[in-house]
Amino acid sequence: MIFGADILTVITFLPTVGALLLLLVPGRTEASHNIVRWIALVVTTVTFALSLWLWAQFDASDPGFQFVENYPWIGTSIGYRMGVDGISILFIPLTALLMPAVVLASWGSVTTRVREYYIVFLVLETFCLGVFATLDLAMFYVFFEGSLIPMFLIIGIWGGKRRIQAAYKFFFYSFTGTVLMLLAIMFMYWQANTLDIRTLLEFRFAPEAQFWLWLAFFASFAVKLPMWPLHRWLPEAHVEAPTAGSVILAAILLKLGGYGFIRFSLSMFPEASADLSGFVFVLSIAAIIITSLVALVQTDMKKLIAYSSVAHMGFVTMGIFAANEFGLQGAIFQMLSHGLVSAALFLCVGVVYDRMHTREIEAYGGLVQRMPQYALVFMVFTMANVGLPGTSGFVGEFLTMLAVFQVNTWVAFFAAFGVILSAAYALWLYRRIIYGALTKEALMGILDLDRREMLVLVPLVVLTILFGFYPAPILDTTAAAVSQLVDNLAMATGAGDPAAAVVLAH
Amino acid sequence: MGSDVTSLGALAPAFPELLLAVGAVVLLLVGVFFRKDRPAVISAGAILLLVAVALVVMLHPADGVVFNGAFVDDEFARFMKVLVLAGSAFALVLTHSSARENGLYKFEHSILVLLATLGMLVMVSANDLMSIYIGLELQSLALYVTAAMNRDSTRATEAGLKYFVLGALASGILLYGASLIYGFTGATRLDQIVEQIVLGERSIGLIFGMVFLLAGIAFKLSAVPFHMWTPDVYEGAPTPVTAFFASAPKIAAVALFVRVVTVGFAPIAQDWQQIVIFLSLASMVLAAFAAIGQQNFKRLIAYSAIGHVGFTLVGLSSGTAVGVEGVAIYMAIYLIITVGVFAALLSIRTEGGAVESIADMAGLAQKRPFVAGIMAVMMFALIGLPPLAGFFAKWHVFLAAIEANLFVLAVIGVLASAVSAFYYLRVVKVMYFDEPVREFAAVPRELVAVMALSGFLVVTYFFTVGSPLTTAAHNAAGSLF
Repeated sequence: MIFGADILTVITFLPTVGALLLLLVPGRTEASHNIVRWIALVVTTVTFALSLWLWAQFDASDPGFQFVENYPWIGTSIGYRMGVDGISILFIPLTALLMPAVVLASWGSVTTRVREYYIVFLVLETFCLGVFATLDLAMFYVFFEGSLIPMFLIIGIWGGKRRIQAAYKFFFYSFTGTVLMLLAIMFMYWQANTLDIRTLLEFRFAPEAQFWLWLAFFASFAVKLPMWPLHRWLPEAHVEAPTAGSVILAAILLKLGGYGFIRFSLSMFPEASADLSGFVFVLSIAAIIITSLVALVQTDMKKLIAYSSVAHMGFVTMGIFAANEFGLQGAIFQMLSHGLVSAALFLCVGVVYDRMHTREIEAYGGLVQRMPQYALVFMVFTMANVGLPGTSGFVGEFLTMLAVFQVNTWVAFFAAFGVILSAAYALWLYRRIIYGALTKEALMGILDLDRREMLVLVPLVVLTILFGFYPAPILDTTAAAVSQLVDNLAMATGAGDPAAAVVLAH
Repeated sequence: MGSDVTSLGALAPAFPELLLAVGAVVLLLVGVFFRKDRPAVISAGAILLLVAVALVVMLHPADGVVFNGAFVDDEFARFMKVLVLAGSAFALVLTHSSARENGLYKFEHSILVLLATLGMLVMVSANDLMSIYIGLELQSLALYVTAAMNRDSTRATEAGLKYFVLGALASGILLYGASLIYGFTGATRLDQIVEQIVLGERSIGLIFGMVFLLAGIAFKLSAVPFHMWTPDVYEGAPTPVTAFFASAPKIAAVALFVRVVTVGFAPIAQDWQQIVIFLSLASMVLAAFAAIGQQNFKRLIAYSAIGHVGFTLVGLSSGTAVGVEGVAIYMAIYLIITVGVFAALLSIRTEGGAVESIADMAGLAQKRPFVAGIMAVMMFALIGLPPLAGFFAKWHVFLAAIEANLFVLAVIGVLASAVSAFYYLRVVKVMYFDEPVREFAAVPRELVAVMALSGFLVVTYFFTVGSPLTTAAHNAAGSLF
């Protein structure tokens, strides 16, 4: 059955099977640690290969769900349902790609409680994949909320000095927002008598109910994404988490929120989304401008990148609630691109952190003289973060700006400041770390990228540039599903013509 | 309804209770005359007896009413009885390793557990105010003694005495309520009370009686504001006894509560729903905040138990079959988790003895990864995080509340569960994030087995027991409506 209908189940739960295997590895010697690392690497790589195969088999011209599995499961409410469409499928290869990368990135830097470390990461991968692969609202919740446990442990056990506060903050922000969504899910069940996402997508909730449901889902996704002003947990969690934890947090866990906005808030509550899009735009602009300014003054590299993530997610929410094809395509593209770029930036920080054990920007300078390859790699990702044409960062930002320009020019006008500011903080960071004179004593002996680090970073460089010049593989995959969604929105909000987009704007 | 006992066959619905009563007496005689010095043998016999009774309950279902309608056997009763019997059996297993140091190395302990269990089975099946009281008192009296069993310990005797005095007060309140109900309806059988309520008008005296009756049961449930005894008794009683208190009696009291309100007072649902909603809200909110400051693990679990009673009552407050189904599932999952928590707690020992303070668990994850892992899983499950079983317990009760449009209750409930996450996480934090300061003693084998079983069920709930348990609970709830 592996290559039959149950491919999504196999992909989702393969990492958990790997985690169970790790439980069987005895001992705490260095040899057994290496066995653990190799098992984790093999399992995540196989999962990635399967996810590529899934993408290859995916029929992009079909806007519906594919690879569908549907079994009754617990009672009458919860079913075991899996399936992907053009909106969700690409997040699966993204997740599966980054997991082997973080396994490799942690190879030398994590030396305590190694077995537990890889177990929680593999379990986390299952939860992340499950969120995108499931078609049952209760299972979505299970995967979405389940990811809190491994992430709480990752920050709390392998984190930095203030890890406990960061772990608690991460947990409580996410948990409080999410439990309200749980009640909304239950309400939807009693309205539609099913938790099958396919049915719910066609179900028309009463407009006044939509408002409350939308808010409940917003409470969850806006914390996860995160949107300003609910982002306060993020910088701390990023700074304190180990490199691999930051990578997964920025590249995948934030995307759960964005994916949720598209799949649930926008698709299931179109009227409420139209009514509240102005509210989202204001928060998006606030995120883009305020957090970019905050990023400028950071002294900690990870914190700076964390704030830049919040700003980039502002473009995503803006694109999603512009609710036209450019906006949704752009938002999805921006999320995937940010998944590659922010992951790579955190990995780059991890490279120097492993050598110097500090993330203070002050402690660096002139690295280009000792680490030319590192300087080049870091340059590519800095440019992608800025959104330079020719990198993947450009495409998403450009499409979302284009989309929002059609809807509301003022929003586009203010969002453009974000582009300028992102160039300011990213290039300034680059200048302070890489250029200048190599004066600091401690940096004199620093070594350039080793082979393992190259193996992690080079594929990300290639993908960032490839999708910058040739975004078609991604845009083609999402096109059919997105245009169907836009048609549904236009019908739901009462206008069948292109003017619908303007109606959304208020 | 078979009213007269003409043959043994007519007693079929009460076979499990008869078997348990006879078995308990036989074991008592064996203990007194032959095995006074070998309590472990009696304990093993008691566990076997409980298993045998559970098998009779499951394999010999006999729907029906006996003893002039005072005792009823139905799907709901059988579901709850299996849980009660499992809870008692596990409590005896957990007692074994630390019986000596807790003053429980006496055969009478097993006998008392059996008699308390018999009382609980009667409570679960009680269909008459008199049988309710008999069951409740049989259970309570046995429990008071087990709490004070370790008579040389001042803490244990204090716990036993507190439990007894407050318990007697609650029994009095309950009896007063029962007499009012009898006075205003002229009936003691739940089905006859319903008939009288339907025929007559809803008199204020009846409402008074119901309030007193429910207050008495709420005391046994340890629902706020009748919870004051719980932290003291949980802390003072020997840990294996606390494990027993936290599981089986709670299930029996919940079952009794459900039967009384859904069967006896069905026509005045409006009135008892208010009471249940208040008990539920007060329990969830108070427990969430009161537990934050606790340093003793058993006190923490006491407040956690109060909170979980609140969550259980969320399901009942809907007054629907879906709600009762949720309550049944909640009890089953709560039992599994409680057994796991106490197995883990009893496994955490230093050379100096048992560990009860949370701070003393520091670094357990590095010294005893298995025990710490189980404890962490149980804590996450008590928070209600998916994919662990605790989430599905909450799912079913809140699903019922939302169906009944109890949105305010549901919102406050989930927010209380977010607050309660704080103190559960503190246990995880101490075990996993703090550095170890002491060595921990080896873990007895039977506790490893119990922890493995309960951990397995909690983690794999979605794939293993979830579906059959939900089906069974669905049928159980259906038998009451």
